[in-house]
Amino acid sequence: MDSENIRSIKELPPEENMQPGTAACAGCGGLLTLRYCLKALGENIVIVNAAGCFTLLTIYPFSPFRNSWLYTAMACAPAGAQGVRDALDILIKKGKLDPEENLKVVVLAGDGSAYDMALSSTSGAIYRNLDFYYICYDNEAYGNTGFQHSGASPFGSRTGTTPPGEKVPVGSQLQKKNLFDIWNSHKPPYLATVSPAYPVDLMNKFKKAEQFKGPKLFISHIPCPPGWGFDPSQSVKLAKLSVETGLWPLKESIHGEVEHTFVPKKFKPVEEYLQAQERFSHLFKPERQEDALKSIQEMVDEYWRKNTLLP
Amino acid sequence: MAKEMLTGNRAAAWGVRLAEVDYIPAYPITPQTEIIETIAKWISDGEMDAGFVTMDSEHSMITAAGAASATGARTFTTTSSQGLMYGFEMLYTVAGWRVPLVMVNVSRGLSAPITLGPDHNDILALRDTGFLQIHCETCQEVLDSVLMAYRLAEDKRVLLPVMVNMDGFFLSFTREAVEVPDVEAVRCFLPEYQPEHAFFRAGQPMAQGVAVLGGEFYSYFKYQMHLASQNALEVYREVSDDFERIFGRKYGTIDEYMMEDAEYVLVMTNSFSTLGKAAVKRAREKGIKAGLLRPRFLRPFPDSDIRNALKGKKAVAVIDQNISVGKGGIIYSEMAGCLYNEENRPLLLSFIGGLGGKNISQEEFDLIFDKMIRTVDTKVVEPLHLLYTENEWKGITKLKDIAGRQ
Repeated sequence: MDSENIRSIKELPPEENMQPGTAACAGCGGLLTLRYCLKALGENIVIVNAAGCFTLLTIYPFSPFRNSWLYTAMACAPAGAQGVRDALDILIKKGKLDPEENLKVVVLAGDGSAYDMALSSTSGAIYRNLDFYYICYDNEAYGNTGFQHSGASPFGSRTGTTPPGEKVPVGSQLQKKNLFDIWNSHKPPYLATVSPAYPVDLMNKFKKAEQFKGPKLFISHIPCPPGWGFDPSQSVKLAKLSVETGLWPLKESIHGEVEHTFVPKKFKPVEEYLQAQERFSHLFKPERQEDALKSIQEMVDEYWRKNTLLP
Repeated sequence: MAKEMLTGNRAAAWGVRLAEVDYIPAYPITPQTEIIETIAKWISDGEMDAGFVTMDSEHSMITAAGAASATGARTFTTTSSQGLMYGFEMLYTVAGWRVPLVMVNVSRGLSAPITLGPDHNDILALRDTGFLQIHCETCQEVLDSVLMAYRLAEDKRVLLPVMVNMDGFFLSFTREAVEVPDVEAVRCFLPEYQPEHAFFRAGQPMAQGVAVLGGEFYSYFKYQMHLASQNALEVYREVSDDFERIFGRKYGTIDEYMMEDAEYVLVMTNSFSTLGKAAVKRAREKGIKAGLLRPRFLRPFPDSDIRNALKGKKAVAVIDQNISVGKGGIIYSEMAGCLYNEENRPLLLSFIGGLGGKNISQEEFDLIFDKMIRTVDTKVVEPLHLLYTENEWKGITKLKDIAGRQ
């Protein structure tokens, strides 16, 4: 890739580093994100994968990748990345490995791992200034086990472990954990949110990140058709709506300084996004939960007001 | 070769230094800290050329160590007790990656109650992971076993990680005269690691630790590991012969003490077997044909060596420094499995002692030999005996009284 920013989807690299025919669900937003990320990263990488939906991308004896792959466990993919990165550096330094055989090290983790179980090992890797890429595919629940509540699940959502009922009609009563701010407090050289509905923005962020040595972190909001409850054909539309309603701000942070890379000219009401998904349907029927809907909208407005991007 | 007074921990560190290890991820825990501190200082002083990184937990440490090993670096790490338990999940994973990681465990009892004293429930909990296990009695054996562990782990007929075990405090902090081999001699014994099997390089996509669908694939991989572990017994004979040829010290899969004409045999592992050897000597003075068998390998389990060593013996007392709560001694069960189908097998008695580093007294060893002799007469094997002296009972009762507890 040259250093010039790309301007349209037509300029995306044509190479596919992930072949079709995986066991991922139809319409998986995470798979789309990964496909773009691999276009950006090229084939000389090793993916260190945390347990999650994407564990099932490589099923012996098949792999859809042009690159290498190491499965670790849910809590420790960043530690696995540390071992691979350090080993490559040492072998090159000792002259046991040709620098041309070097690889980029990439952690791939779902939100269950990134927001919850692996928070300690992730903090450790960022703190140690590990030179690696971290991609979190965030579908806002433990998707691989059938969609249970995770630290990324939003307020008001239905998950397997936050079922709306008579006593708790709202579903999840907790707010989504702010992983961006947690990571940003470590002041990594590069940190961004991305979306599979905005591939040009995603690609340019990877191009920008490339110039930094140290942790390069990406959180992608990804629609999950079976978990969220919508038709797989609507995946990109849902991803787009989460940005257009202001729920998923596209931003980046360089050494801790945050800038938004896309601000909708006019924010759509969050209801438009919520109504398109089964996991929020209890907020609308049998009766509208006005308070919950209001508080979700207010939370979004508050975010943009704080960032002085909304009057 | 130079002789130096070294603790077990420093002997382990010397093994790592002489093996010219590339990479050491570390995390502290008592009583193994002296190993990583010694290595850290050597690296800081430029006496050792290796990467050293302090990790955020043992779980991360074992992951990083396994991943570096999978990338082709000769890697070492070390832990104890709760740390081993915290990284337990990843021991299965690292063994499944089939990487030649060497790890030292300095045994310490598991919480609760929390203790610093040693027993072997920590290391024995991971006997099914795929790691090979070498258990050491002396500081010299610790250093030598680290070197042999790399030869064994890196052999392409094996390619499994190895755990070298020593007792906390009783060995980790005991200074003994240790022969430190020359670097050149070690290089003859242990050449540079050349990964042939699994490593990550540009242009050579490789997937490690992939998912399998169905028991056929899962069984296939697990069987491969089992067969490789069994291979290790044969490969070890070569390793051990080479080691003896170069360094003049001989280590079998088992250690036999006064076994040739022995009729009554103690089975013990690790540093407490030195106490057992002293007891054997005393028993011999009393005219009892006593002997001691110390398994050095617990995985792979050296079944045939043990069977051969125990042929024609009258009684065997297994003293387990571990407790499988609700069942009994772990090594007792392993020994019973090993001997069950033998004709004329010896009677097998079970004792548990030395938990958390508790002493096993002379009187208790006398009792064990008495019981063995009586059992041979009566042919009635008593159930498991938990070693605890009257004085120890009185001591604890007195302190409970003082504390006002009944």
